[in-house]
Amino acid sequence: MTEVRAEMVANVWKVVAAAGDTVADGDTLVILESMKMEIPVLAEGGGTVARLAVAEGDVIQEGDLIAVIE
Amino acid sequence: MLASVLVANRGEIALRVIRTARRMGIRAIAVYSEADADLPFVRAADDSVLLGPAAPARSYLDVAAVLAAARQAGAQAVHPGYGFLAENAAFAASVIEAGLTWVGPPPSAIEQMGDKINARNLMERVGLPVSAGSRQAVPDVAAALVEAERIGYPVMIKAAAGGGGIGMSAAADPEQLKAGFETARSRAERFFGSPAILLEQFLTAARHVEVQILGLADGSVVTLGERDCSVQRRHQKVAEETPSPGVGPQLRSRMLAAAIRAGEAVGYRGAGTVEFLVDEAAQQFVFLEMNTRLQVEHPVTELVTGIDLVEQQFRIADGGDASFDPATTSSSGHAVELRVYAEDPRRFLPSPGTIGDWTEPAGPGVRVDAGYAAGNTVTPFYDPLLAKLCVHGADRAQALERARAAVAAFVITGLKTNLPFHAELLASSEFVSGAYDTSIVDRMRAS
Repeated sequence: MTEVRAEMVANVWKVVAAAGDTVADGDTLVILESMKMEIPVLAEGGGTVARLAVAEGDVIQEGDLIAVIE
Repeated sequence: MLASVLVANRGEIALRVIRTARRMGIRAIAVYSEADADLPFVRAADDSVLLGPAAPARSYLDVAAVLAAARQAGAQAVHPGYGFLAENAAFAASVIEAGLTWVGPPPSAIEQMGDKINARNLMERVGLPVSAGSRQAVPDVAAALVEAERIGYPVMIKAAAGGGGIGMSAAADPEQLKAGFETARSRAERFFGSPAILLEQFLTAARHVEVQILGLADGSVVTLGERDCSVQRRHQKVAEETPSPGVGPQLRSRMLAAAIRAGEAVGYRGAGTVEFLVDEAAQQFVFLEMNTRLQVEHPVTELVTGIDLVEQQFRIADGGDASFDPATTSSSGHAVELRVYAEDPRRFLPSPGTIGDWTEPAGPGVRVDAGYAAGNTVTPFYDPLLAKLCVHGADRAQALERARAAVAAFVITGLKTNLPFHAELLASSEFVSGAYDTSIVDRMRAS
């Protein structure tokens, strides 16, 4: 089980993956936006998205949980 | 002179405009979002009005809120700074309709130059050289592929309603064009409210050189020299200098004349900038876009000319003369600006956070336009600019030497900054030689 966490304070711009999706290594889970830059958050290692912890428009802090991949 | 001005902006530019306003005896009104309540620009103003929450759409871009703040504070004029509503023709028109003085060019000039396709077509009509590119918006990928064949690869995919290098991407072949086109459209929609796209020939090894113009109250357009803005990451400027090391006297003369023609073609008033791409080897140039506002990097022009551009904006907006005689302006020495961004110095990824220490460099020729102070929080809602470190010297070598010392002395803790990148830039043989182009940062990071 992998927990995908935010590396910085950012806005959640787009949620691309959904709970239950099968993802491969490098697939985009969500796209964050910080200071006018888009930052894709990618799956590291393949698996199933067990949980998608954020919604579009959320402001997340460094360390916040974004997704859980099993 | 104007009695009061509302500065419809934030951070370093709001502080910088407020300073000149107060120096001129103009009452300065700041507007701010909840995220910016503790920033220096709010304290520096005579009055301040809270606009709303941090998100730009609910604060700095909220036209109704800004106009209400102007009414509430009894503002006589509005200065838009750069970005946000500065190039929003409808906002400029609303300010004027509300009976206030707009410190900027006529809405018609903003509108004409705001559409990059229209701007290129108009400039071509008045005899400026333009690169091969779209004469109308490119509606879909199929049309883009045809257009790119006509122009020739590589092409730059740009938002027609865009600017500031945001949302641009290059395509070297049809596959890259197909991959980049839809992303470009959605970015264009998201950042500029219009999905219209144009393609332009991508001039590799070009220098980005722009000319400062002033449209005076009597209708004449004058120039105040050029700035080289080729040091860019993600197509956004990181460092600028004047004069441009890549522009000889003959080319300079032609570019200044072209900039005047551009300003005259749109009946320009106030401070503006005409941007060009320069082929240094051939000493040729093409029109890129015109920015109908004050530029971020205007301080380097101020440092070599001794002219306060914001003061000229206020004078012209008030219907008066410039503070100087355009026939006798001269330029002295060399100036460099280094944009200090809240981002990591290696990969330039954003680094919001709370500032611990903030110690600015000082000394001969050093000017710091700061947006933040110790203890302030830098949030993800706005661009990453923390401060502009500007340095003047008697010649380029002295300017760079002073810049190195200033970068080393600038202390900002609590988040990552690109100060180490600037130290690297000032040590880079390519930059120091002066013979660089818009790919310099890519080359610095390729090794």
